[in-house]
Amino acid sequence: MTGVAPAASPEAAPSATRAGRHPWLSVLWSAARTPRGAAGLTMTALVVLVAVAGPAVSPHSPNDLVTLTFAKPSGQAPLGGDFLGRDVLSRVLNGGWLLLLMALAATAIGIVAGGAAGIAAAYLRGARDGIIMRTVDVILAFPQLVFALLLLALLGPKLWLIVLAVGLSHAPAVARVIRSATLDIAERDYVKVAELQGMRPVKVMGKEILPNLISPLMVEAGLRLTYSIVIIAGLAFLGFGQPPPAANWGTMINENRIGLQLNPWAVIVPAVLIALLTIGTNTFTDAVARVTIGVDRRPEEAALLDDLGPEQT
Amino acid sequence: MAGYEQAHADPAIRPPEHEVRLDVRGLEVRLGRTGPDVVSEVSFTVEAGQVLGLVGESGSGKTTVVLALLGHARRGLHISSGEVRVDGVDLLRLPAAQLRAMRGARVAYVPQDPSSALNPALRIGKQLKEAVRVHSGAVEDPDGRIREVLQEARLDATSDLLRRYPHQLSGGQQQRVGLAMAFACRPSLIVLDEPTTGLDVSTQRHVLDTIRSLCRAYGVAAVYVSHDLAVVGGLVSDVAVMYSGRIIEVGSTARVFGDPLHPYTRGLMSAVPSPLQATRLTGIDGQPPRPGRRPAGCFFAPRCGFATGECRSQQPEPVLIDARAVRCMRVAQVRESSTGVAAALSAAAAAAGEVPVLSVREVSASYGRRPVLTGIDLDVPAESCVAVVGESGSGKTTLARCIVGLHRNWTGDIRFEGASLAASALDRSRQVLRRVQYVFQNPYTSLNPRKTVGQIVAQPLEQYLRLGYRERSQRAARALADVSLGADFLSRYPDQLSGGERQRVAIARALVVEPDLLICDEVTSALDVSVQAVIVELLRRLQAEHRIAMIFITHNLALVRSIAQSVIVLRNGAVVESGPVGQVLDRPADPYTARLMQDVPKLARPGPPGASAQGAAASESAAP
Repeated sequence: MTGVAPAASPEAAPSATRAGRHPWLSVLWSAARTPRGAAGLTMTALVVLVAVAGPAVSPHSPNDLVTLTFAKPSGQAPLGGDFLGRDVLSRVLNGGWLLLLMALAATAIGIVAGGAAGIAAAYLRGARDGIIMRTVDVILAFPQLVFALLLLALLGPKLWLIVLAVGLSHAPAVARVIRSATLDIAERDYVKVAELQGMRPVKVMGKEILPNLISPLMVEAGLRLTYSIVIIAGLAFLGFGQPPPAANWGTMINENRIGLQLNPWAVIVPAVLIALLTIGTNTFTDAVARVTIGVDRRPEEAALLDDLGPEQT
Repeated sequence: MAGYEQAHADPAIRPPEHEVRLDVRGLEVRLGRTGPDVVSEVSFTVEAGQVLGLVGESGSGKTTVVLALLGHARRGLHISSGEVRVDGVDLLRLPAAQLRAMRGARVAYVPQDPSSALNPALRIGKQLKEAVRVHSGAVEDPDGRIREVLQEARLDATSDLLRRYPHQLSGGQQQRVGLAMAFACRPSLIVLDEPTTGLDVSTQRHVLDTIRSLCRAYGVAAVYVSHDLAVVGGLVSDVAVMYSGRIIEVGSTARVFGDPLHPYTRGLMSAVPSPLQATRLTGIDGQPPRPGRRPAGCFFAPRCGFATGECRSQQPEPVLIDARAVRCMRVAQVRESSTGVAAALSAAAAAAGEVPVLSVREVSASYGRRPVLTGIDLDVPAESCVAVVGESGSGKTTLARCIVGLHRNWTGDIRFEGASLAASALDRSRQVLRRVQYVFQNPYTSLNPRKTVGQIVAQPLEQYLRLGYRERSQRAARALADVSLGADFLSRYPDQLSGGERQRVAIARALVVEPDLLICDEVTSALDVSVQAVIVELLRRLQAEHRIAMIFITHNLALVRSIAQSVIVLRNGAVVESGPVGQVLDRPADPYTARLMQDVPKLARPGPPGASAQGAAASESAAP
């Protein structure tokens, strides 16, 4: 709910999907105004609220032993106890923010590295394109999780390394998408104009090409965020995460799965939160993608635009 | 005088050969079911064997009207009222199955782009056979009919042709196949949606001849949509001019084009360049209102010189005058005013004897191994304009790209003010880059959609001259004023501009750094004719004011006289003829140039030039 409120404001211009004017925000706003986007944003906002505000409202410390092993829900522990008798609710409220933070950081790393590689490959062409893209192909040959595990096994399970490993494992796929988007834009005349003005290649890529890649980058970021959450939670489940006493949704599922029959909430709640978060981000990303290609535009509006050509709105 | 509509309304007084094939009445198409109308009050008739030209600029609703003739509305649009009678049957009231049976058999459609209208995966013979067989029983001998229509479309109906795929045909052949397909079932009505756009002039002329003779031979009524007035003028017997979703003038071609009465038609006519005489092109400022944003009164009033308070408050009804219907309240006053003769221009003498600003010697270029230019020579004298003319694929854009350094794979010598230019723009100094400016063909791709007009125009000042912010903004505002755009455009984004405004911004961007040579590559080909006239006049004025040399690249021979002093004609990457404009266009030495000149569609000019009291413009142009 919280997430929808700002987006529903009537001031959001109908032409917000079009170019110019704070392109990042305007696309997000128009996406949030579609039913699909609103649903995705609501789900995401719910989980983010739990993860961010959780530590402040947590009734107990996540590591206090307040009840019995796999105790049923009670007044003391509304969601029961975990395998050591700690309060499940408190651990759920405390175990999300780091996962979120890591997922965001990993996504940022993947987008920046992959985006830069993709733009450079497409714009510079020639040998540099070949070198970048063949490297990408090699990395793509490994499944993402295996690639991350490989790095962690080599260098040890450190949090920053998990983030880096997941981020880098995203980069090749991002690079592919951004390269093909750039190939189209690099041929536009305004890029040629900049070249004729003697603009340095780095500046051409940053000032002329990058602003036109906002839509694919946003869609890619949403998609990678979803994957990051799944992979980081999965790694935590496999034991690559914060060391034991710390609360983490992924770790909780693993720790408590033996007591599934005794207190299912200890597994179900973190699992549902992770699922809700991934479905939410994915749905919202889908809405963003649709807005940027104009599928969600009202049909008569689309017909009008086609009919009258790209004249003034 | 006999009213135009009145005469058509009574079939009894018509001789049998003047059988009305198509009768459209009160057609209205709306945006959604309750939205504003896109086109409205559209009524016209077409007789057997006649071709009606439907002309209008982009956004006038002409495509919407012709699709409605087939009972079709694009997604989001809705045919809300009116009748479309083909041989007396109202298409709009037919059930879906019967309508489908009519389409292709009684009513045929020839789309704009033949290369995308033919299925690339099917052989020509198969596609033609499908067109005939889809209406079972319509044709007795399909194979014979296919051979017949192909011959009628002036194609050799050999088995070799039938076995080919669309991509193995030229553009002209593809369009002929499209025509053959449309004529295959002997329809009563054929709708042609700009079928010759994209074909070069000679092919275009042949296709037009074919259309005309086929319509005559089979008594087919045809509606020919076009934005090119010259093409329509040569082909059709009657013409309807559309503006902002209304037919504003309809009548015989000779009258409507020879003596236009609606102010908009007049404006259009004086915007059309003539290959035969140099004219000062006058465009129409502003742009048509879009559906839902139309003014209360006459839709043309905001752009009209004759408009009065009444025009702005009241919708004009069609007035029958001089054997045609005109939707203008002040038509009598318009008629009395001087005829809209395009003012003749005297070709300015090219500056002679000076060292040329640019000289191109023996330039050959290729894409990969394929040569596109061979041994090109070209001189551009200071302060003069050279037109480079050629059909698509003649290498004219490649030549421009070699000169500015975007195409690197060339040999020969290009000297700018005596100094040889490096092949690639990357190896040229900032000063050289600044002094040779290039305006791209398509204003929709040459402006970065993420930058404001101010940023776009100021950018070269930063890149070439390293000017500070304040200086940049001042000069950008001045450059915009130069191209008649106000300072309020500085903060706009390209997608808020019309095509003409975008091209002005592109021109301002080139001129803001005070170049010595401006290269304009087909800068008007993406624009409407009225906008084209404005841009050409603007370029002519700026070239004189800034005293710069210019290379004007175009496929439109008619434009050459209005802007250039000398011309070179390219064909297959080689120069076939060059010289002063008057000499090359009036007394072409090369048969290719002669044929081009002959095939250019020409428009009958309203009145003899200079005969009417055009006052200042005429006397000014009479000066040597």
